[in-house]
Amino acid sequence: MTGGAKASGRGGAIWIVAEQAGGKLAPVSVEILGRALAMAREAGGREVAAVLLGKDAGGLADELASHGADKVFLADDPRMEPYRNDAHGAVLARLIARESPEVVLFGAGACGEELAPTVAARLDTGLGAHCTSLDLTDGGLLMMGVLGFGGRVHTEMFCPARRPQMASVKPGIFPPPPRADRKGTVVREDVAALLEGEKIRLRAVKVVREAPEGVPLEGAEVVVGGGFGIGGKEQWTLLEDLARELSGAVGCTRPALDEGWTPGEHTMIGTSGKTVRPKVYLGFGISGSPHHMVGVKDAGVIVSVNTDARAPVFESSDYCVVSDFRKFVPALIRGIRKAKGEGAGEPSPA
Amino acid sequence: MGGFHIVVLVKPVPDPECYDRVEIDPAAGVLARQGMPSVLNPSDRHALEEALALQERYGGRVTLVSMTPESSAETLREALAMGGDEAVVLSDRAFAGSDSLATARVLAAGIAKVLPFDLVLAGNESADGGTVHVPSQVGELLGVAHLANVIRLEVDADGSVRARTRIENGYVEVEGELPMVLGLRREVNTPRYTSLMGVLASQEKPIRVLGAEELGVDRSRVGMEGSNMRPGKMSRPSFCRKGERVKGDPEEAAARIVGILRAEGVLG
Ligand SMILES: Cc1cc2nc3c(=O)[nH]c(=O)nc-3n(C[C@H](O)[C@H](O)[C@H](O)COP(=O)(O)OP(=O)(O)OC[C@H]3O[C@@H](n4cnc5c(N)ncnc54)[C@H](O)[C@@H]3O)c2cc1C
Ligand SMILES: Nc1ncnc2c1ncn2[C@@H]1O[C@H](COP(=O)(O)O)[C@@H](O)[C@H]1O
Repeated sequence: MTGGAKASGRGGAIWIVAEQAGGKLAPVSVEILGRALAMAREAGGREVAAVLLGKDAGGLADELASHGADKVFLADDPRMEPYRNDAHGAVLARLIARESPEVVLFGAGACGEELAPTVAARLDTGLGAHCTSLDLTDGGLLMMGVLGFGGRVHTEMFCPARRPQMASVKPGIFPPPPRADRKGTVVREDVAALLEGEKIRLRAVKVVREAPEGVPLEGAEVVVGGGFGIGGKEQWTLLEDLARELSGAVGCTRPALDEGWTPGEHTMIGTSGKTVRPKVYLGFGISGSPHHMVGVKDAGVIVSVNTDARAPVFESSDYCVVSDFRKFVPALIRGIRKAKGEGAGEPSPA
Repeated sequence: MGGFHIVVLVKPVPDPECYDRVEIDPAAGVLARQGMPSVLNPSDRHALEEALALQERYGGRVTLVSMTPESSAETLREALAMGGDEAVVLSDRAFAGSDSLATARVLAAGIAKVLPFDLVLAGNESADGGTVHVPSQVGELLGVAHLANVIRLEVDADGSVRARTRIENGYVEVEGELPMVLGLRREVNTPRYTSLMGVLASQEKPIRVLGAEELGVDRSRVGMEGSNMRPGKMSRPSFCRKGERVKGDPEEAAARIVGILRAEGVLG
């Protein structure tokens, strides 16, 4: 069905700023589009639009429309690729000023995290950073849930007087919406006109993407987390063995990353790292600092293994094992193999 | 003389190691942070380190600028013990409750007081609020080029800049010219330790305190009143779960966890 969520007299449009790279939409863009669509529905119908900046990005504009965006503003131009905050910031600020949306959402990936405050400063409006929830109040205000102090304090933030109300959201906070197979309109923008009179000072001379090592944390049903208690790179392989056994991914705390036991930044979980939502999170040698736990709070089940019976991590776990991981992990791997062996031997249920 | 005038934005924050102890005063709906020592925001050390390395190479001047209550000026002294020539503390009751853009407005006014600057270095994020907004917004308000998420920086004597910024699974090399405002991530360098000499030297370094009047900022554009963002209810998120103790030796405990994995349907 098309057109059901068109703007009614009830309120202004909800926009998302889409991020793309290498011919693909960033997953976070689709996640925030899903949230925008849900809010529009809950508010009794509002227009949802996406903005896409890039070069030869028409196909992705259609993809955004098919995900449910009523309208896609497409700034397709060589100057829009690769991303630079000055060129992108200028185009976005002008588009927003022209169209006056009520709400604008950004993905808080590395680029969006910088682009959002740039645009907020240009428009002199409010911006909620790294929101963990977004809701429209009955009065049409965007309620932005943000966490501070390493995850220890939750605050509801509002932008009551200025428009648009803007928010950024880290990847993994909202689930991606189901594909809607809808047909929105794509509006092609005149980038030269939007950049008129703007000073572009930055040159992006090289973009390097490295295929990340290891199984990605995003989408993994099982995540095995390791902390400083693992104690060394050699022992770290135990966690990798366990993850392999469960077709899962390995994540880490910041001290484990700093020690160089893991393949890199992309494996860190927490306030300054990733947010994961596996069915099961198995944490080893982790003390349970809010900085880390905030990144796993949406896991289905949390199992923690720590030698210290009073480790704070146990408070935020479903199952607590007081044990040395060096003894426990091999036992767990044996147990899993045995269970899988038995499973294979069982007659399949008809 | 030569060299650059580098401004480093530094923020005293409650010690991140104590965030477990942050309490919310339910009556007032505010934070009770008694007994939490104030420290220099961790990523700002990296900004200061980068400034000091550039100063060692080219000469010039390093000025620390901070918007903070006068009571945490001691933390500025600690920063000066690491290095830098002087500190400017922007402090006024009118600044209280500033959101990131209002903070950036005060900082930009402070930087304008120590003109001319060539480079403004900031941490990428503050530990307490952690918006990652302030560097970009200071850049916008000063009308100069800016970058966040910087993980490597080269500045030539002629003022051309080559910065590497972190993106998902990779990086971008960006070029431009001074003046610039940059937000630096931890990966950019390893901050030096403070030496005893540094501590002694810091006693002699000037700390200037400037209020709204001296800065010439419009009071209606800073602080709570000048902030577009307004906080509502505060609460303490609960990460509390059922906390069931799994008994027995490692084999027994492992068997129990295998049962849980099976129940969750992740045994493949
Ligand atoms: C601004 C800022 C942002 C931060 N962001 C993040 C973030 O995003 N993610 C993050 O993780 N951290 C982050 N941190 C760091 C965070 O505050 C904690 O320091 C960190 O999470 C603690 O890591 P840990 O649990 O691995 O180490 P520790 O706190 O040292 O805990 C190690 C644990 O291992 C246990 N142990 C030791 N030996 C064994 C053994 N043989 N078997 C089993 N258990 C054992 C110990 O009992 C202990 O509980 C941040 C900090 C700051 C200041
Ligand atoms: N009140 C402040 N005084 C000085 N610098 C600040 C202040 N707030 C933020 N900054 C700088 O901006 C960086 C990013 O902070 P934030 O945008 O709050 O995450 C910090 O690491 C500091 O370098």
